[in-house]
Amino acid sequence: MALEKKIRELKEKREKMLLGGGEEAIGKQKAMGKNTARERILAILDDGSFSEYDMFVEHDARDFGMDKKHLPSDGVVIGTGTVSGNPVAIFAQDFTVAGGSLGLMHSRKITKIMDHALKMRIPLIGINDSGGARIQEGVNSLAGYGEIFFRNTISSGVIPQISVILGPCAGGAVYSPALTDFVFVVDNISKMFITGPEVIKTVLGEEISMEALGGARVHCETSGNAHFFSESEDECFSQIKKLISFLPRNNEARAEVVEMVPPDSSYDINRIVPGDPTLPYDVREVIRAVADGSDFFEIQEMYARNMVIGFGRLGGRTVGFVANQPLEMAGVLDVDSSDKAARFIRYCDAFSIPIITFVDLPGYLPGIDQEHAGVIRHGAKVLYSYSEATVPKLTVILRKAYGGGYIAMGSRHLRADFVFAWPTAEIAVMGPEGAANIIFRKEITSASDPDEVRRQKVEEYKEKFANPYVAASRGYVDSVIEPSETRKLLLHGLEVSSGKHVQMPFKKHGIPPF
Amino acid sequence: MTSDDMEKRANDRLNIDHTWYTTRISQRHAARKPYAPADPGLISSFIPGTVVEVMVSVGDTVNEGDDILILDAMKMKNRLKSHITGKVTAVNVIPGDRVSKGAVLAVIECC
Repeated sequence: MALEKKIRELKEKREKMLLGGGEEAIGKQKAMGKNTARERILAILDDGSFSEYDMFVEHDARDFGMDKKHLPSDGVVIGTGTVSGNPVAIFAQDFTVAGGSLGLMHSRKITKIMDHALKMRIPLIGINDSGGARIQEGVNSLAGYGEIFFRNTISSGVIPQISVILGPCAGGAVYSPALTDFVFVVDNISKMFITGPEVIKTVLGEEISMEALGGARVHCETSGNAHFFSESEDECFSQIKKLISFLPRNNEARAEVVEMVPPDSSYDINRIVPGDPTLPYDVREVIRAVADGSDFFEIQEMYARNMVIGFGRLGGRTVGFVANQPLEMAGVLDVDSSDKAARFIRYCDAFSIPIITFVDLPGYLPGIDQEHAGVIRHGAKVLYSYSEATVPKLTVILRKAYGGGYIAMGSRHLRADFVFAWPTAEIAVMGPEGAANIIFRKEITSASDPDEVRRQKVEEYKEKFANPYVAASRGYVDSVIEPSETRKLLLHGLEVSSGKHVQMPFKKHGIPPF
Repeated sequence: MTSDDMEKRANDRLNIDHTWYTTRISQRHAARKPYAPADPGLISSFIPGTVVEVMVSVGDTVNEGDDILILDAMKMKNRLKSHITGKVTAVNVIPGDRVSKGAVLAVIECC
């Protein structure tokens, strides 16, 4: 029968396309420890949920012998599916087809799924594995990238955009991931750079391996371009699914509310923070002692470790945690940690995720390198993003909150909705040593025993100012609380602020200190 | 790295506002370059490249703004000029030399 024949034909055509660049190319891909484009998509999406579009799209380039080249699906797979039941749009570049190179139709497929994601207000996941522009298609490739970047920007803050780097992503191509919200990389597989080792060697005479230039570890530890590091593609896929579970579908929706699980009882919140403000501890223990199920999903774990950011839940609802980390660099604010925190705060604000801030910092990192690297404008980003955020902002001052650092870290003055302080809090213009040295300089230098006078004056200052009560007496702190009350009060604060409504003055957009 | 490992290694010290904190110093902070003020008498390559022409010899007197040599890099012939008026005390390259970034190519001593 004619229909049967036609169905058989369709099946044959599909099967041909599903082979991508063919068995040999797939073998090479596997030898590199990489999955194929469709395998990756299937691994991320719920079983049986993937619906592929544009399978039969092909290029129509004519120059340089391209008219004789058959590139199945034009080297990219696009479609929609679900992750834990939530719809997402997804594309995956197919390295087995012409190295995943981007030509006009390849880019049209990507922009088609991007337009779809924006129109349907669902998250977009992009899997990058491409040698770069398809040179034979000339300026059409460049146009393709430009169209992608434009859409990344327009969708920013409307739908979550996730980039997964599972192979090379070089030259202009890197700017699509850079414009998205979260970048996932896998050790030994991901490579990102603007100019590769070859060009660097030719032009600059400097030799470096691809891994050392733009491998997964470099982008997680040094450049800060990537947010999630994993050892294998499978680990990466579970991270993606976990991230999506915390996010709303779009900026007008709310993240799914899950059943509340109390924190693990093994976390004793009274025993985490040492009383001596100069001693370190891991602030993530405080977060885990407070968060539902003690589950904290850290972002950029390896970058600017003096600042900790990530998602968790309180009372079943997603919150963003921002915390100084006394374990690293005493928890100071500096160029990189400011950048890291500021972007995350803006992310939370864009997607209606309340921000919980834990404060314990001695101030800003002194140094010529910091000043010359622009710590002024980078530090300003933290002030800007906290001030501009209209989501519920709840701040807990654990210990030190000195000087500019106190103001920056979600203070009342930047319109925190709730400010709690532990009895160990020291909210002051600077640490007692520094303050006493300035205020009592004359007494100290003119004393017959300056060291003894200095010690006395430091003690005096400590007694009088190194506590939460001066700030509490002005209402800058709403209440001084026992550590064990923290979770209860945060839950209460979130409940109270669930209908928070703030009217900002009309503006087209602000001018943050980028 | 588990948090236990991190804690064990948190035995560096960092001074902020006259107070010493026990913490871990980041690799980036530990590896930062000490600041050195620029020496206006040094003619250095701001970019790796090839020297194509040297206009001065040791002993020559030069004025601020005079061309010292031409460095070919990134498809540009870059004229490196003297920042000061003085005497050439060293010329470390000849045409054809490939130089790395930051190499001292010539030295001018102020009068």
